[in-house]
Amino acid sequence: MANYSTNEFRSGLKVMLDNDPCSILENEFVKPGKGQAFNRVKLRNLKTGRVLDKTFKSGESLEGADVMDMDMQYLYSDGDFWCFMEPDTFEQHQATESAVSDALIWLSEQDICVVTLYNGIPLSVTPPNHVELEIVETDPGLRGDTAQGGSKPARLATGAVVKVPLFLDQGDVVKVDTRTGEYQGRVK
Amino acid sequence: MSDWQPGASIHNLRRRAQVMSLVRNFFANQSVMEVDVPVLSRSGVTDLNIDGICATLAGAPAYLQTSPEYFMKRLLASGSGDIYCLGKAFRDSEIGHKHNPEFTLLEWYRCGWDEHQLMSELGDLVSQLMNKPGASDLRVTKVSYADCFQDKFGLNPHQASLSDLQDLAAKAGSSSWAGETRANCLDLIFSLKVEPQLPEGLVFIYDYPECQAALAAITTAEQGYKVSRRFEGFLDGLEIANGYFELCDPVEQRRRFDQDNIARQAAGKPIWDIDAKLLDAMRSGLPACAGVALGLDRLLMSDLEVKSIDQVMPFSWLRC
Repeated sequence: MANYSTNEFRSGLKVMLDNDPCSILENEFVKPGKGQAFNRVKLRNLKTGRVLDKTFKSGESLEGADVMDMDMQYLYSDGDFWCFMEPDTFEQHQATESAVSDALIWLSEQDICVVTLYNGIPLSVTPPNHVELEIVETDPGLRGDTAQGGSKPARLATGAVVKVPLFLDQGDVVKVDTRTGEYQGRVK
Repeated sequence: MSDWQPGASIHNLRRRAQVMSLVRNFFANQSVMEVDVPVLSRSGVTDLNIDGICATLAGAPAYLQTSPEYFMKRLLASGSGDIYCLGKAFRDSEIGHKHNPEFTLLEWYRCGWDEHQLMSELGDLVSQLMNKPGASDLRVTKVSYADCFQDKFGLNPHQASLSDLQDLAAKAGSSSWAGETRANCLDLIFSLKVEPQLPEGLVFIYDYPECQAALAAITTAEQGYKVSRRFEGFLDGLEIANGYFELCDPVEQRRRFDQDNIARQAAGKPIWDIDAKLLDAMRSGLPACAGVALGLDRLLMSDLEVKSIDQVMPFSWLRC
């Protein structure tokens, strides 16, 4: 991979830091009047998700990371691996549990997800921003109680537990924002 | 906002014009003479960390000045007395929220004064410039460079070992600082750990480390170690000024220029011819004086409470 100098740093750039692929979130140029110029950089470690603050001398460089985001369809899991397919080429990729762990509670077969590949291997999986899932377990619905704004927990088909309005019942299908885990509305 | 339009609002430009006029009134009242020295010179500066911009004049290099200092010192040595310059300075590759490669510098020299007298005058000037109806008086604080470090890290920056400073810098920055020079480590630690926590108002940090003397005279502190008679001014945490009790010794000046070029070469930077005319002026006699340079754009950023230098300039480099 190419090397990137501090003056090429920009948000979204993927670089290697301490042997882990990272994504640059922010880059600030700092220079004392008479002193050495440096760059304060905020990075997200793409393996752990942790956000780091690092300071580099201006002119230093980091190796680029072979990281690529790709839309793929989730096919199935055999319990050890989760299988995703590139829609264009039908090429399949096996993701480990650690790569899918954050997405698991939202994932239904056939969903189109963003799979982040690092050196060609799935590093992480981002579920669709919105998913529609059936409620499999919740307290009985209070029919007609649509105005009060109360909520109760409901377990969805994929295992996620979200807060839903009181009038909903087992078997209802709800739309959820996976980024916040918030109920968005009833489907149908 | 489109690229052809100014970064600063017309309101901010009006304030900028007002501040420039107030500066000129301030110095007229003090009988300090305005000098408009050239921005093009046949010599560049040797500072390790300041890169000049080089133009071409009739086929020969012509350096845009990174500050008016050398020309002003030649005037001082010619008997000008107290002088100030309000003009443009240029530094290559300095681009960011707080940096523009072309910026406005107010620099002045007081003959027979020391750096502490000059700090007082700088405090008066900034107080007057920023004096708004209904606002409380500007708070002015003075603290030595050693005390800043002592309070925060429990170590003396002038006496601490290089490896202690490197450890501190690596912790503050990243592992790649473990092999850095003393001056770079100090700059990093100061910028990341001290500067963000400076009190509000105008803060003077004085008695900088010997290795960061630049063009300041060096003296021996009571505790026995050497410090440079250099100070910096920070306004609400933003570096706005850098001043010295000036080095007047041409032999020591020559030695520092040579050191600069050795350091530049080691860093893989071009080395510059030394400004022989400045050395000649110093040989003929630079009067004992204190001088300071104040970034006018930075002062306006603080005054107008904006985050980007683009908002106080007609056209920052992004729009040129």
